[in-house]
Amino acid sequence: MTTTAAVDQVFLLIIAISVALLLLVTGLMLWFVVRYRRSRHPQAEEVKGSTALEVAWTLIPTLLVLVMFWYGYKGFEFLRRPPPGSLEVTVTGRMWDWGFEYANGKKSEKLFVPLGRPVKVNLRSVDVIHSFYVPAFRVKEDAVPGQESYLWFKPQSMGPADIFCAEFCGERHAYMISQVIVMEPAEFERWLAAPSPTEMSGTEAPSAADAAREVMEEWGCFACHSTDGTESVGPTLKGIWGRTVTVIAGGQVYELKSDEAYLRKALLKPSDELVKGYDDLMPPSELTDEQMSILLEYLKIL
Amino acid sequence: MGSEFHASYLDVPPGGGGLKSWIFSTDHKRIAILYLISILAFFFVGAAIGILMRLELIAPGKTLFEPSTYNALFTLHGVIMIFLFVIPGMPAILGNFFLPIMIGAKDVAFPRLNLLSWWIYMAGALLAVASLFTGGGPPDTGWTFYVPYSLRTGTNVTLAVFAAFVLGFSSILTGLNFITTVHRLRAPGMTFFRMPLFVWAHYATAWIQILATPILAITLVLVMAERLFGIGLFDPAKGGDPLLFQHLFWIYSHPAVYIMILPPMGYISEIIPTFAKKRIYGYKAIALSSLAIAFVGYLVWGHHMFTSGMSDTSRWIFSLLTFLVAIPSGVKVFNWVATLYKGSIELEPPLVYVLAFIFLFSIGGLTGLMQGALATDIHLHDTYFVVGHFHYIIFGGAVFAFMAALLYWFPKMTGRMYSKRAVWVALAHQFVGFNMLYFSMLILGMMGMPRRYYDYLPRFQTLHVVATVGSWILVAGLVVLAAALLRALRRGERAPANPWGGVSLEWTIPSPPPEENFSLPPEVGEPYDFSKGPAR
Repeated sequence: MTTTAAVDQVFLLIIAISVALLLLVTGLMLWFVVRYRRSRHPQAEEVKGSTALEVAWTLIPTLLVLVMFWYGYKGFEFLRRPPPGSLEVTVTGRMWDWGFEYANGKKSEKLFVPLGRPVKVNLRSVDVIHSFYVPAFRVKEDAVPGQESYLWFKPQSMGPADIFCAEFCGERHAYMISQVIVMEPAEFERWLAAPSPTEMSGTEAPSAADAAREVMEEWGCFACHSTDGTESVGPTLKGIWGRTVTVIAGGQVYELKSDEAYLRKALLKPSDELVKGYDDLMPPSELTDEQMSILLEYLKIL
Repeated sequence: MGSEFHASYLDVPPGGGGLKSWIFSTDHKRIAILYLISILAFFFVGAAIGILMRLELIAPGKTLFEPSTYNALFTLHGVIMIFLFVIPGMPAILGNFFLPIMIGAKDVAFPRLNLLSWWIYMAGALLAVASLFTGGGPPDTGWTFYVPYSLRTGTNVTLAVFAAFVLGFSSILTGLNFITTVHRLRAPGMTFFRMPLFVWAHYATAWIQILATPILAITLVLVMAERLFGIGLFDPAKGGDPLLFQHLFWIYSHPAVYIMILPPMGYISEIIPTFAKKRIYGYKAIALSSLAIAFVGYLVWGHHMFTSGMSDTSRWIFSLLTFLVAIPSGVKVFNWVATLYKGSIELEPPLVYVLAFIFLFSIGGLTGLMQGALATDIHLHDTYFVVGHFHYIIFGGAVFAFMAALLYWFPKMTGRMYSKRAVWVALAHQFVGFNMLYFSMLILGMMGMPRRYYDYLPRFQTLHVVATVGSWILVAGLVVLAAALLRALRRGERAPANPWGGVSLEWTIPSPPPEENFSLPPEVGEPYDFSKGPAR
């Protein structure tokens, strides 16, 4: 069974009970109002309290809610038990995009999965709380900093499914979206085995700029920083090398030259010397030395 | 009493009239009017913000605002509607006016404390307004102030949170006042089980106000301390836990939902018997279930956290408790409908608003079941479904009940009657607009549209357009109602003491009521006894 089917049958059950109850309550109400209107029924009649009636209208709803609770619980239990042999993907939420990493170290911007195989998504967040939500599979779980969480689903049909962030996480929350891309299993295996562009060598070697942009995609830099001079949540990276910037550090405001030493520090610990006029939103990164040098080279020429 | 002269509470008092005679008055009725004016002013501000949000969402991409502006707007809409309108408004306006009268008292137990509560409310409201224009600008966290985002954002969260903290004191003091009033100031013969259900509802609410609000106050102080000193309570890097905030926040904010809905349940329990001319069905069950809801309501906060990463065991326990607290609310609805059975029903405006309430509140309750069940909530959590659901409860439920109550007691409070024809027009617009607006949201949520989104995928647009058009019709209905009531203040016919044939004590005194309510101790009989005809 898929997660979608497991959840949808609980939906059907609760919606059916709800519609029946709504029709009953509204129907009775309207019928009484018409039947006992003043012009037709000028004198109200005393109605004796009926214990049987009160017991019935307490017990029957109690049974109904217990039934709904039970099926809700069973469906949930199913959602919390990834089948053995699931494909594990680590998903990192950050302001404001999702990063996906596979067991072999392959990284991507979208969640590529093979058709028919269960996928277990291990969630983490590097900054604030995000929530990984795939409506098509009826699954959602928060990514909380300092905490591991997970969910699973099984894609049963081709075609992309939207991924949303469902927990408000700041200015570009509505743009923290991605997609699940379902592939034929053989095609997926080929994709998974192919190295990421940064790891390629020989004739296919990408340009230094492509490699740097790959790193920036991976760390989600473009969510806040443009490279064409457009102002966004963070300062633009165009011409950042050697620019004079005003920073705030420990309550003091001063100017400095944005040189290699500063940029290196700003990438690793952005809060220490914050550029004036921008919020302290950027999470500290853990760039590898190689990534750092690729990035710094690129910033020089932007 | 007929020919005796009574100075109305609205007459110019001996010390002179003017603003001072209002803002320093300790008369519970004048304080109720102060609350009415200030709280409704904020309601219309909140509604205007809602309209702006819907305008932005009429099409994908940018329509009017930048994302940061939109984020500030939904935060303001939530903060104003929750902390400045519904939580204070439901108990403090009509509760202040009618709770003392209904138990045969001359005022609340602590009239000066009552005035102070209003002043604290105003101080909190001014702080909230100040947070918009100072520091880093209006907060953009949502009314829930979730950490760690609320600790990182550069907007003026600290002041907004402080405003909510101050507002909490107003709520606590009002609760304290009402509880003491009910215990100490009941007229001779007014036993607990002779009190109107309006009083029971406010009594239960008052307990929530004094027991739950301090938890919110502490939580908000912790957020301020985090922002100012970085103590690390919610920061995993310092050994803290972001989920701790959510637990603390919802331990208050779930019971707060009952602060919003219990008083309206009290209004409904007064209005239905009067227009059916019949004793309310299951008086004791409704009275005691108010208390039951007030206490069981403390144990279900975890259902706001079903996707938070909290343990699976906690999730099913909270799910079970949530379903159980639904039962007393459901039973109340059955009691109200049963009261209509074999009544002699007159379809006056307050009753028709009550019928709308029962329908909308039922949808609110039933959509709650889908979120109480774990499997379905996983899909619906933090989507438009939740937004639709709580507007059905708080707007379709609490606010429709409030409008019903305002129409019911307006002649008593002002001594004037409004144009009923205008009210029918208002209700028709409100009902149609409301369902277009919020039922669309329920469907959008089922389709997977997350809440608090500035922008959305094109496939969601049709329903967003329906919702936005609905918001215009709804607000037109609100404006017509407001205009009809304002016009009635000056031009309305004089209202008699008992226009609807009610039997509770407020109908035994003139409209508008005299300054100290009763000149002689009132005669107290069984509640909802229509066998002797209308109260005189």
